[in-house]
Amino acid sequence: MKFAESIRIAVRALNANKVRSALTMLGVIIGVAAVILLVAIGTGVQEEITGSIEGLGSNLIFVFAGNFEEGPGGGGPGGRAVRQFSVEDAELLQRRLGLEHSVVPVVQGPLTLRVGNRTMRTTVAAANENAGDVFSAEYVGGRWYRRSEVSASARVIVIGATVRDRLFPNQDPVGETMSVNGQRFTVIGHVAAQGGSLTGDQDNQVYMPITAAQRLLGTTDVGLIAIKAASADDVEGLQSRIRQVLAPRFGEEFSVFSQEQTLGIFQQILGTLTFMLAGIAGISLLVGGIGIMNIMLVSVSERTREIGIRKAVGARTYDIMSQFVIEAVTLSIAGGAVGIALGAVGARVLEQWVPTEVTAWAVALAFGFSAAVGVFFGVYPAYKASALDPIEALRYE
Amino acid sequence: MDRPNARPPGDPCDEARVILEARGVTKCYHLGEVEVHALRGVDLSVCEGQMLSLMGPSGSGKSTLMHIIGLLDRPTEGSVIVEAEEVSSMAPNDLAAVRNRWVGFVFQSFNLLSRTTALANVELPLVYAGVSGAQRSKRAREALERVGLGDRLGHLPNQLSGGQQQRVAIARALVTEPSIVLADEPTGNLDSASGVEVMGILQELNTQGITVVLVTHDDTVARHAERIVRIHDGLIVSDEPVAERLSAAELREAVVDMAGRPDA
Repeated sequence: MKFAESIRIAVRALNANKVRSALTMLGVIIGVAAVILLVAIGTGVQEEITGSIEGLGSNLIFVFAGNFEEGPGGGGPGGRAVRQFSVEDAELLQRRLGLEHSVVPVVQGPLTLRVGNRTMRTTVAAANENAGDVFSAEYVGGRWYRRSEVSASARVIVIGATVRDRLFPNQDPVGETMSVNGQRFTVIGHVAAQGGSLTGDQDNQVYMPITAAQRLLGTTDVGLIAIKAASADDVEGLQSRIRQVLAPRFGEEFSVFSQEQTLGIFQQILGTLTFMLAGIAGISLLVGGIGIMNIMLVSVSERTREIGIRKAVGARTYDIMSQFVIEAVTLSIAGGAVGIALGAVGARVLEQWVPTEVTAWAVALAFGFSAAVGVFFGVYPAYKASALDPIEALRYE
Repeated sequence: MDRPNARPPGDPCDEARVILEARGVTKCYHLGEVEVHALRGVDLSVCEGQMLSLMGPSGSGKSTLMHIIGLLDRPTEGSVIVEAEEVSSMAPNDLAAVRNRWVGFVFQSFNLLSRTTALANVELPLVYAGVSGAQRSKRAREALERVGLGDRLGHLPNQLSGGQQQRVAIARALVTEPSIVLADEPTGNLDSASGVEVMGILQELNTQGITVVLVTHDDTVARHAERIVRIHDGLIVSDEPVAERLSAAELREAVVDMAGRPDA
């Protein structure tokens, strides 16, 4: 018997019990949609963070307060009592490492911007005059802040694309003033749209001298110190020199990562998370598969007589077996296709709140897995059907 | 195919024309501790073009014998020879292939696939024979026309009368152009008018050269054949030609006269 013929028979049989087929498929649909959606979220977040770290430029080293390098109990993000860096620490590093490498202290924090009656909440990424080495901002107009403005805590601000579009629609913002947390700032530049970053949406962000930001936020702390090495070969040597410089002041309570290491850590964490999400979703797919097996077993005993008739007119074991396996696989693949579509639409909708990315491998995985579920859970009922004695089957009422 | 039925009824056929032979066939079922001997050594030869009735009360083993000669079942002992080929030791899948091309079944309860049109039901054996779609529907249509249902191709079994359903079943049995049609109580679920109709078709097929084996407990039905083999307790007790063979065509006229209407 031809393959196309088997599919036609399967579709006809599934059509005969529409509600039942749809409910059975629902298990697979939910499972596949969950796999697609959760993997899309995991991948989306991973992509965004990877992109933002890579987008920072090359040959970067990050220094954080607190010990992240040891395992649990070694200080870590939970250790609030950890002493934070100050601008002086960054200046010390700059002096000791030499001027060919630029040291950039970074402060980040939330701000409220207001122009006329338009307000918006945003984040600031503040640094010194070398910020351009770390933030890969591309000017559309205006300029970056200068060294003198950093030392004078000048109230100047560079704004991202989203901020510009919201607060200064159809208008050149350079030279305009705006209220930042109630203080008057002058816009000196604006940058091109560039998508996500380590600190969220980079377009919904403003830049200002670190000194001005510290005053606004009421802190003297520096969140992290970034160092741009003069060349890639210097990165490893610089890392150990940074440790030497900071050890007398901070002991073990700081961490030095190169850009690759940071990337690796994030990717590892997020990769594990993505697989975990996929695994959880996979369980629901498995439950869907058991649903298929259940309904196929019901279908086989319901259609015992049909099987007997088919055998009497010359169906071989293989014909009966393939008929039921194809039926199960058709259910699971149809469910898989609907699930993929649903998952993709769901990912689109969720994109407003979380970064999502529907990847080909997730689609292939979900589709392959649902087909495999159909085969795996279809074979046993199909075997039962094919093993029926034709005489018994014909006598069955 | 249109071979004149010149041979006198019941005349033992010569070796060359035996198309089905059972030799020393026994069948033994194990029902728990009890052994049931459904057949206890049956020898039977069916000649090409013959119409034969297997008669016996229920439990006599006639259905078991039909299943064995129809290749649905295998004997415990003995052999079944189909066109000079030993089939009783064949693997189930090979048996299915022989069954598909060589035997057509007609059952008491029709055994049509519900929710499937008459045409698709008739196509079913061709599906398993690997016949292509266009060829299949052409042959199925011809078979349905042959049993007078050329205008009911798209009907579902539950839209057809019992007699019509049985005619669809006969068309299904015919469509592979089998050598032999096995009919198990084909009129058992039918009113007498439809029964006569069905018997008429079977007799007509027989005159066209198809071997027909009827399994029945009804003496009137049995007498439509040219030879009656009686089975009792798993053994053949008599095998004789029919003296006054009934003709369904004549009976139909009698029924029409009595009922005053042509079809059921």
